Amino acid sequence: MSGKPYRLSDAGRLIDRSKRVSFTFDGKTVSGFAGDTVASAVMASGQRVMGRSFKYHRPRGVVGLGSEEMNALIGVGKAERHEPNLLATKVEIFDGLSAVSQNRWPSLNHDIGAINNVLGRFFSAGFYYKTFMWPQAFWKHVYEPFIRQAAGLGKAPTGRDPDVYEQVHVHCDVLIAGAGAAGLAAAEAAAASGLRVIIADENPRLGGLCDIGGGLIDGASPLEWAKTRAAALAAADNVQVLTRTTVAGHFEDNYVLMFERVGDHDPSITAAGTPRHRLWKVRAGQIIIAAGAIERPIAFANNDRPGVMLASAARGLAARYGTAAGVNGVVFTNNDDAYRTALMLKSMGVGVARIIDSRTNPESALIDQAKAAGLDISFGSSIAGVMTSKGGKQIDGIKMSPYNRGRVTNETKVDCDFVAVSGGWNPAVHLWCHNGGKIKFDHELQTYRPDRSPDGLLIAGAANGTFDVPGALAEGYAAGEQAVALLKGKAGKIAKASATQEAQAKLEPIWFAPATGAYNEGDKHFIDQQNDVVASGLELAQREGYESVEHTKRYTTLGMATDQGKTSNILGLGVVAEATGKTIPEIGTTTFRPPYTTVSFGSIAGAHVRDRFLPVRRTAIHDWHVANGADFEPVGQWRRPYCYPKAGEDRHKAVTREILAVRNKVGLLDASTLGKIEIKGPDAGEFLDRMYTNTFSTLKEGRCRYGLMANEMGFLMDDGVTVRVGPEHFIMHTTSGGADRIAGWLEEWLQTEWPDLKVFVTPVTEQWAQFAVAGPNARKVLEKLSGDIDFSAEAFPFMTMKTGTLAGMSVRAYRISFSGELSYEIGVPANQGRALWDAILEAGAAFGIEVYGTEALHVLRAEKGFIIIGDETDNTVTAIDVGLEGLVSKKKRDFIGKRSMEQSFLKMDGRKQLVGLLTEDPNYVLPDGAHALEDATGKPPQKTLGHVTSTYMSPSIGRSIAMALIFNGRARMGETLSFSLDGKVVKAKVVEPVFYDKEGARQNV
Amino acid sequence: MNRYSVFSVARNAMNYNKDWERAWRSPNPKAEYDAVIIGAGGHGLATAYYLAKEHKMTNIAVIEKGWLGGGNTGRNTTIIRSNYLQEPSIAIYELSRSLYEGLSQELNYNMMFSPRGLMMLCQTEHELRALKRTWHANRHAGLDCRMISPKEVKEICPIINDDPNARYPILGAYYQPRGGTGRHDAVAWGYARGADAMGVDIIQNCAVTGIRREGGKVVGVETERGYIKTKRVGVVAAGHTSVVMQMAGVNMPIESVCLQALVSEPIKPVIDCVVMANTVHGYMSQSDKGELVIGGGADSYNNYSQRGSFPALEHTVTALVETFPIISRLRMLRLWGGIVDMTGDRSPILSGTDVEGLYVNCGWGTGGFKAIPGSGFVFADTIANGRPHPIAEPFSLNRFAEGRLIDESVAAAVAH
Ligand SMILES: Cc1cc2nc3c(=O)[nH]c(=O)nc-3n(C[C@H](O)[C@H](O)[C@H](O)COP(=O)(O)OP(=O)(O)OC[C@H]3O[C@@H](n4cnc5c(N)ncnc54)[C@H](O)[C@@H]3O)c2cc1C
Repeated sequence: MSGKPYRLSDAGRLIDRSKRVSFTFDGKTVSGFAGDTVASAVMASGQRVMGRSFKYHRPRGVVGLGSEEMNALIGVGKAERHEPNLLATKVEIFDGLSAVSQNRWPSLNHDIGAINNVLGRFFSAGFYYKTFMWPQAFWKHVYEPFIRQAAGLGKAPTGRDPDVYEQVHVHCDVLIAGAGAAGLAAAEAAAASGLRVIIADENPRLGGLCDIGGGLIDGASPLEWAKTRAAALAAADNVQVLTRTTVAGHFEDNYVLMFERVGDHDPSITAAGTPRHRLWKVRAGQIIIAAGAIERPIAFANNDRPGVMLASAARGLAARYGTAAGVNGVVFTNNDDAYRTALMLKSMGVGVARIIDSRTNPESALIDQAKAAGLDISFGSSIAGVMTSKGGKQIDGIKMSPYNRGRVTNETKVDCDFVAVSGGWNPAVHLWCHNGGKIKFDHELQTYRPDRSPDGLLIAGAANGTFDVPGALAEGYAAGEQAVALLKGKAGKIAKASATQEAQAKLEPIWFAPATGAYNEGDKHFIDQQNDVVASGLELAQREGYESVEHTKRYTTLGMATDQGKTSNILGLGVVAEATGKTIPEIGTTTFRPPYTTVSFGSIAGAHVRDRFLPVRRTAIHDWHVANGADFEPVGQWRRPYCYPKAGEDRHKAVTREILAVRNKVGLLDASTLGKIEIKGPDAGEFLDRMYTNTFSTLKEGRCRYGLMANEMGFLMDDGVTVRVGPEHFIMHTTSGGADRIAGWLEEWLQTEWPDLKVFVTPVTEQWAQFAVAGPNARKVLEKLSGDIDFSAEAFPFMTMKTGTLAGMSVRAYRISFSGELSYEIGVPANQGRALWDAILEAGAAFGIEVYGTEALHVLRAEKGFIIIGDETDNTVTAIDVGLEGLVSKKKRDFIGKRSMEQSFLKMDGRKQLVGLLTEDPNYVLPDGAHALEDATGKPPQKTLGHVTSTYMSPSIGRSIAMALIFNGRARMGETLSFSLDGKVVKAKVVEPVFYDKEGARQNV
Repeated sequence: MNRYSVFSVARNAMNYNKDWERAWRSPNPKAEYDAVIIGAGGHGLATAYYLAKEHKMTNIAVIEKGWLGGGNTGRNTTIIRSNYLQEPSIAIYELSRSLYEGLSQELNYNMMFSPRGLMMLCQTEHELRALKRTWHANRHAGLDCRMISPKEVKEICPIINDDPNARYPILGAYYQPRGGTGRHDAVAWGYARGADAMGVDIIQNCAVTGIRREGGKVVGVETERGYIKTKRVGVVAAGHTSVVMQMAGVNMPIESVCLQALVSEPIKPVIDCVVMANTVHGYMSQSDKGELVIGGGADSYNNYSQRGSFPALEHTVTALVETFPIISRLRMLRLWGGIVDMTGDRSPILSGTDVEGLYVNCGWGTGGFKAIPGSGFVFADTIANGRPHPIAEPFSLNRFAEGRLIDESVAAAVAH
């Protein structure tokens, strides 16, 4: 030992002792070395407590070596860069890093919440379902707020994330998850074929457990081999090597999510603008899972004390970081692998007071080595308890007793300050299972192994339950070759390494080591440490009938902590099996769900934040709108000018002015967002006949027709003018908001129901800029522009269209009107839109042209009683309901919605029907969505008669107007309806829903 | 049944929790029951509970393919609200919500109904108008709901993005102060324990494989554990309803799709209400454990696998990162899916059928957790009396033949 008592002098292959790095933990400066993790550096500084548990607030230290950690959760970074719940075992340190412990108040050492531990017996599994019920109001006001405050782990950041994220979409031939011995061998074999290979590992370097797993490859440490392989893969053109990249999820059709932590370990990376995290979306031809295995602990009394850790973690901390788990430890195991920990620690000068092996008389090379090294071994023994001081924060020793599954008979005390425990290893079958892979119980290994995979996943090495190096290598090579063969690639030649490893004695299962006293009384055996799930809780759940694993899991919260049960699931099943006298396979398993380890929401959003979250669609005139003070509103993905207020005008004044300009002079509207779909082909007419309630096949060329579209249920879903431009060519207009939906709807019918129809559907909304020129002077404005289109009433009648040139541009001109005025819509290719817009404005200046926005458009059409899909309709309204029965063909054999419109309820009298409403007080504008009442003076519940669908102050007639859907509305013409609004009764008369120019004279000039 | 209380918890604690009884038995199926409920989800269990309690039908069984509460009841995001648009919907959801208020006490099982408040954001003018319409409908029905301003939205939910230049700025919200969440498993467990105590047999791990009819009548069900005679069958099988009803030769107007949800790692409280952002398709609340509970739109293809597509989730998360920017640095812990039973009008079916003795309760789709108590109550009444309960009546299977739809898709693009 040198320097700090826990930093070993000649161990720690990953740390660079020439580079000191200092950071803070709970405000205290800690000094470590480049290459350290927060866990290794803080432990090396002599501090063991790293956090507090969820329920009992017990002090906790580091248990694992990497992503299996469940106790040492920390918050990293400050303010809006704070990130909670990170694993101290994975956070790499850098100068200035700020880390804090979590879930404690006021401090890690003195945590008030620890009172819960004293009361632990009352807080048995599921206790909260049995109490906190009286008095009723207390749950919301007293108990729950208290529980919420006490629960949770870390704190959220305080502001908007300043860092950026990105996503990468790639295809590869072979994806390898995990770069231990098996993964590297698989990658070598796959890469030799020349196929595109990705190999990803969650750690900063490749090699997995090659450094501490034992065995020899080509006669040397597997680490040497791993380093050469890693270098070769990095150099190969067809291989992408990703480190700090977790293969997080496997979905249908070999769709794989990978989460890369690009810049967390080095702030200079993100400072340079590089994304902090990257989410990889991979479609892989073949997937090889080589994700290794996770060591599992054995449950013994107070096995959660800081200083009790996995044997592999004690070994790895020492070998990689030179961090000793303590001065003098005990190794507790039921298998051979933990002997490597004892041997390695001893060789590094760390005291190993005893190896406690639950097996009776195992024999193997490793055991012989341990004996030869002079290590004390107690076979057939287990740990019955842990002796601590400083409030459980320091281990002073353990109680050892013969292991006989019953009561503890005689105890021996062994002094020690840490415990390295191993209950065997569990293959990381998570990815295998994400998309429905099956697993089976292996009695030899006492754990689940992969069985069948519906996706034909390949799996190799420890992830497959093959824990020895020679086996892992062989499976790795084989999986690589098999992947190539399955992809029909050409196998490449490689010089396969040969490996050796000593034979090991069999593991004997032990899940639960009895403690002093009667079974399950007093001391806690922790199974899921973070969630404070104890063995007695699992057993209680069985007794209370929560026997299905899923019930046990949910009732006790086993496996639901941030580690998702990596170390606790199998252990928990073992404990349940023992408690119920069943076998583990009889108990079953819970489902493994993505992600394998947590994935930041930032990376899932990727670049789609702020301005790039659902990018705004802009028309060709957008810049003009901005420059001219447009007040925008979101319409679907578009942002459209609501109105154009002039200096001193509010929205209302501006809208009024715009409306009057259209009625009295001429207005210009940017209608480019209107959906435009080209329908072409010999069956185009037939197709439209099926899609619309009215007929289009008979439409003459150059003619426009307003169409209504119903869904299968007979309800209106879209409307618009469709034009026939040629015998086999139509242009359909849809609502702005419906454009994409309708294009999809048309395609769906064509592709799934009527593939025999010869029709192409091409959405062209963005290809065209389109403007409405509306008002008494509309014709004059257009005539002033140069061109070959005759706009006269005779040559260009209502509901026709012409193509030609206008202001030097080729345009499509439609004589249609949504305002009731003389009106033309002019379409021009989008890139000329602005030029035409400017030309129309210039020509219109002499005629008092003004631009108008969506609100004026809405009022103008409401004055005329024209419906808007989505305002007057809501998916329950038929063409008949809105008074457009004339547009429902009686002749056509069929169209979408026809059958439903025959249903009794759709044909019945007294449905909600569209009417107009005029309030008694002409200045009172009914509120949006107001409901007419049978008795407006009564109290709720009140019977309603229908609701207001559109409501405006109409400048054209100088009073308020509204449209409404009212039960039996058409029979109520002239009746007065009552509304209860703001405590007053408001009355309105039912009228025809056309308020202005009822004869339609204005548009026919 | 031993009663749960602070005292029983304390008394048992002194005895190392050795004396707790089973919450429910694990009985063998009898040869015959007065009624059989297929599916031990919340709706099936609540139906059995009210059949026993309100109608004294205790010789009944609930038959469950897997473990009780393991379907959508144990997979949902537990939003409880009643601010629906159509009158029949308001009636059943508000009955349900009000039963939730006292359900912990009724069942003697803390299902943690937490009326912390629920808001539906208005992010376009159109949405604002639509929700105002719902508000008027609700206020005349007597619901305690109100429109709130962007300022109030921010006060109730400080982590919301209130930037007026946001892609979809917040123009206000529709707020139900006594909407909220509950503990889903506890609802299933509480009803199961309550029903069991009255003698109802809950038979788990026993799929129904056939429904036997004679003439136009039900006479029994085939199960993995043998044939059971019964004259009345209530099918309450959510996403699998079509499959089960086919066993009786009845076709259902239902599509089954996967709806997903996910949670973050637990963090200290940051959001004390439920926020639904329907324009961008996402919603979020925070569980008592501290996890942010997140959901959004369903997959667009039919599916029985309980595994959804990642793009659907990505869409939801992206929307919520924009709505609650601080979540960007938090992490997704776990995701899952459930098979939801969608009807064309997004309203449930609570109905008898043309087969005598065969009743069906389904179609709750993405939003039936909130309806469990009310649905169980009226469905039990319907089965017991052989005619629809007045609140169930509009939700008949026939409505699809008549076109008498109760469309709720209007009110919220995401209906939870
Ligand atoms: C991700 C997600 C989020 C949701 N969020 C919400 C929300 O926030 N708020 C809300 O109100 N609702 C929500 N829901 C909807 C809600 O979960 C469901 O509507 C409700 O739980 C349905 O309950 P159920 O009892 O009808 O169905 P389930 O709980 O699914 O029960 C049906 C049962 O029938 C069983 N069964 C099927 N076939 C057979 C057979 N042949 N034999 C025997 N048994 C069979 C199944 O195993 C299952 O246990 C959500 C759903 C999902 C999936």
